[in-house]
This record gives sequence, C-alpha cells and structure tokens, in this order.
Amino acid sequence: MTQRPPPHIDPNLITDRSVERLPQGLYDRRAAELSKLLAARPQAPERPPSATRWQDEIIAREIPKGARVLDLGCGNGALLERLMRDLGVRGQGLEIDPEAVFSCVERGVPVMQADLDEGLRRFPDQAFDVVVLEETLQTLANPREMLAEMLRVGRRGMVSFPNFAHWRVLVDLVASGRMPVTEWLPYQWYETANIHPFTLQDLLDWSRDSGVRVVSGYAYENGTVRRLGTDDNLHAEEVLIVVEK
Amino acid sequence: MAPARKDEARLTPPDAPGSVGWTEAQTTRLVSADTSLALELGGSIGPVDVEYETYGSLSPSKDNVVFIAHALSGDAHVAGWDRRAAETGRTWRQKKPGWWDAIVGPGKAIDTNRLFVICPNVLGGCYGTTGPSSSDPSTGKPYGLRFPMVTVRDWVNLHMRLLDALGIDRLQAVVGGSLGGQQALEMALAHPDRVERSVVLAASARLSVQGLAFNAVGRYCILNDPNFAGGDYYDREGPAAGLAAARMLAHITYLSDEGMHEKFGRRLQDDSNGRPGGFGIEFAVESYLDHQGRAFVERFDANSYLYITRAMDYYDAAAAWGEGSLTEACRRIRCKMLIVSFDSDWLYPPEGCKELALALTQANRPVTYANVPSHYGHDSFLVETEKVGRLLRGFLSR
Repeated sequence: MTQRPPPHIDPNLITDRSVERLPQGLYDRRAAELSKLLAARPQAPERPPSATRWQDEIIAREIPKGARVLDLGCGNGALLERLMRDLGVRGQGLEIDPEAVFSCVERGVPVMQADLDEGLRRFPDQAFDVVVLEETLQTLANPREMLAEMLRVGRRGMVSFPNFAHWRVLVDLVASGRMPVTEWLPYQWYETANIHPFTLQDLLDWSRDSGVRVVSGYAYENGTVRRLGTDDNLHAEEVLIVVEK
Repeated sequence: MAPARKDEARLTPPDAPGSVGWTEAQTTRLVSADTSLALELGGSIGPVDVEYETYGSLSPSKDNVVFIAHALSGDAHVAGWDRRAAETGRTWRQKKPGWWDAIVGPGKAIDTNRLFVICPNVLGGCYGTTGPSSSDPSTGKPYGLRFPMVTVRDWVNLHMRLLDALGIDRLQAVVGGSLGGQQALEMALAHPDRVERSVVLAASARLSVQGLAFNAVGRYCILNDPNFAGGDYYDREGPAAGLAAARMLAHITYLSDEGMHEKFGRRLQDDSNGRPGGFGIEFAVESYLDHQGRAFVERFDANSYLYITRAMDYYDAAAAWGEGSLTEACRRIRCKMLIVSFDSDWLYPPEGCKELALALTQANRPVTYANVPSHYGHDSFLVETEKVGRLLRGFLSR
C-alpha cells in the first residue's frame, strides 16, 4: 500500500482573517435564483391535521384479519387499537416514551416499554405475521440490524419513512446549503431525531443486497397516495414499502 | 410500607363519595380442625382461618371479581375505615384508611361501583389469618417457631380455597405490589384457567440477591434480640428492638436516595438543639426511621416477619414452573399481563420486572410493561397513585 502524502496546508490558514473570508451568503444568493426556477412547481399543501397517518389507512387494508402484528415505536397505540378493533389482530406494541405507553394501556393495547436500539433479541423467530415500523427507522442507531430483526421476528415488514431524495428535500439542501427542513423533516439538524436519513433508493438497494423482496409499495405526494412508481425516488415525499424475506 | 405522605394530604373520609366507607373484616375457617392443608415445603397445617375484606358487590354471575394481594407488611384492610379498629386493638387504623384507599373505591381506578374486590391476609401473617401467633391445637399455646414454613404457592392454594368457598370461579384480575405482585404472578402461573388478568407491580419473578441480603439482616436483628426467646415471647415483652431495626432497614430499601434527599435532606431534627454530639436522634431521616420502627412494632408480629420474608426469599417462578427457565414458566400463562416497575426502585429494580416482561415476550405472550418515572423508590406502587391508577383503570377496563 502506498501512503497518501500529507495534505498541503496553506501557511496563512490559521489566522483571524481566514474567518472573514468564509463565503457567507453565497448559498443564499443561489437559493434566490433557484427558488425563482422552482416557483413554477406546484407547492405541497399544508399537511391537514388528521387523526390518522396516511400509512395507517394502507396498513389497515394490507393486514389480514386476525394477524399477529408487532408495531415498533407504536406511539400512543392508535394504529394497533384500530387493527385490534376492526380486524381482530393480536397486537403488541413497543414504545420508549412513558407517556405514550400510558396512552396505549388506556386504549387496551399491549405495549412493552422498551428502547428499539436495544433490539428485538428476546422476540422469538417468526412470532408475528406483520411487523410495522412507521416513521421510526431513520431514528434508530442501527437501522440495518433493525430491518434484519424485523424480518426475523415477522414474516412481513411494513416500513414507512420520509424519503430524503424527494426533490423538495434535495432542492432545499442544494439551494440553501443547509440541512433540509421540510414538512416531513421538520427539525433543525441539531434537534432532529432523524439521525439516519435515507432515500427510497437506499432502501431498495438494501432489499436487493439482503435478498429481501419488495411485495408492494406506496408513495405519498401532494396529499395523494399511489402505488410506488419508477420515478418516486424523486417524487415520493413519504414511502411505505411492504417487504418479505 | 411507608406512610404515603402524598396520600395523607387527601385522605378520603368514610362518608366521602370516593370511599368504600366503614369496613368490616370477615373470617372464615377454610381448613377445619380435623383436616389439614398440605404445604409446599412439607408438613401441613390445620385448622386454618382466613381473615379477608371485600368491597363492592358480587355480580349475580360472579364475574366481576378483582383479587388484591397485599405486600410483606400489608394486610386485608385495603380501603376504607375499619369499623372495629378499637375493639380488635388495631388502633392505628383509626388514624387512616386502608393502604390502597387512593386506588380502591367507588369511581376510583379499581372501581367498586363495578367490581367486587377481595383481599385476604396471608397464611403466617398476624392479621387474623392463621399464623405463628395463633394457637397451636396440639399444645394450646401460640405456634411461635413451630409454625410450618409457608410459601407464596401455599398462599395461592389457600386463597383459591377461599374463592371456592365464595363460589367464585374466575378472577377478572389479580393485582398485587411487591410480594403481592409475586402472588399475582403465581396465580397466573398456577391457575391459568381462573385468572383473566394479572397485574404485577414493583415485583419480579424472584427477589434479587441484594434483596435476599436485606431480608437476612432483618431476620438477624429479630433472632438476636434478647427478648426473642426462640419465638416464644407472646406472654412477655417481645423482640421490639430487633423488629424495629428490621423495619428501619427495610424502610430504607422502600425509598430511594433521591427521594430521601428530597424528603429529609441532611436536615437536623427541630428538637436536636442544634448542638451536635452524642448518639441520639439528630437528623430528620433518623427521626423518620425511628418513628417507622416504633409504629411497626405496635402493629406487627416478629415471628410473622420471619416467616413472610422467608416466603419472599424462596419465591422463584422460573424454578417452580420452568425448571429454571422463566420463559418456559411463562408458556403456562393464558391471561393478560401488566407489569409495572418504577425507575428508582432498588428492591425490585426495573431490570427484574423487565426480565419478566421479556420472558413473556419470548414465550410468545402479549405483555404490557411500563417503567414509571418516580422518585419514591419501591414505595412508588403505593405513592404514585395517579400514575398507577391510570394504568390500572386502562388495563382493567379492557
């Protein structure tokens, strides 16, 4: 192996003046230009304050009656409550937030207070028909391990996530030179729980590399949900995919 | 356990709408004098009387029963005000209602408008159910240490007989905290066909080694009190200092360091003159423990303390039902399970409670496990009535 030569460091680099020379405002100028170009594009409507997430609607249609369902990061248990009530599923939730756990108990949803980053080690193989991972994967310390575990404990995984390659996210990043802040990724870089942002293509790559079959997929764009299409890496704001090993 | 200061601020008087009112314990002879109850560790006992309290009304189909299992130093007087406190010499009950009055009553988390609540005193205790202070029929004197060893399983056996006697086949729920939580677990394991829900608060499938150690020191204090007299002290001055010391030690394990810091800090007692020196009671925490020790001696029998702490030591659900595997044991369970730990509890730490929840998961059983944030340590299950109430109300209503 050849050693890489040491980097050339400008002898004037470490001076007070170098700070002044930082290209402040550069990206802001470009952003103004870009936003002119983008004005032609339709703007996403404000997300309506709805009681249920769009994914819940799809999941409720995809899940067979009486299935055993594990909801990872189940929040207040609204989805499981609905599935248990309408479809007679045998539900189990996992949730880290104590207040959300209280809500689950009040809804009659079995819930285990646990940190997903501790993994699913104690769940037996294929104990569930469906494992749901809604808007959670990008917040985990080890998403790849969780995906593998999901398909170990469950026959089928349903994963929804904000698509980091959505054009508005890309434009926001390129135009502003700052971490994107959008409707689906509404947090500043220093406060976001989304520590592992990824794209639809990333997830499809993962499924190909891990021998995982994508059974179906749904894209959310501008308030409509449709079957996942070929150009949705750019167009889907959010994605729900259904995978099987 | 510790008097729940938070609760004392809102004691419900007997005539308040949320109180079960004046209560009267009942006693029934479950094992007659000419028969006996076989015990888990060998031997048998008879006759056996059980004292219990009930609240609410039993539905015609007897399907609204909630069984409450009391903790080490608890009793059947769960809620309301004891009508016969004076005549039975249980004068401490004149000052406050039952130990879970904030949870059990009309409209409360365990709603006696809807549910029929029953709580018996355990075998080996000192509140009316046969125990070491009861008369041994073979000698006509109190059993003392001739009382046989009893276990959590023996309690469950006896309590099932009580339910049989009342014609109750199934429990809507069994609920217990601490040692009572272990009884709630044992009922779910031993009688999967008779229990629909089991609530295990601040308890796990077995006591930790640290817990065993605390119990050992408590018993040492009693056994080495010069007044212990081999357990035959009923006609004279009993081992008050030993029992008080055992209680003081146990009390520390019921609280948490941060809770004690909050409650007492390093504050000196008001009457300590501000002059340090000597070995009297100086710090507020010393005064508190001294009070707890004395109050306990007034209401508890040292021999019962020995027997019940031993039952607590011996309980091991994995050994009893799973040949050492808690997961295997949990495969017996058919009921809905609610397990609650409290993050500052170091007697039954959250890890142990979570282990039980994980074993149920591994056994492919649905489970609800909550780790409640609280400063009150082990006593949280008695003190955090709002949080525990929310969990119970939700779990019992579905």
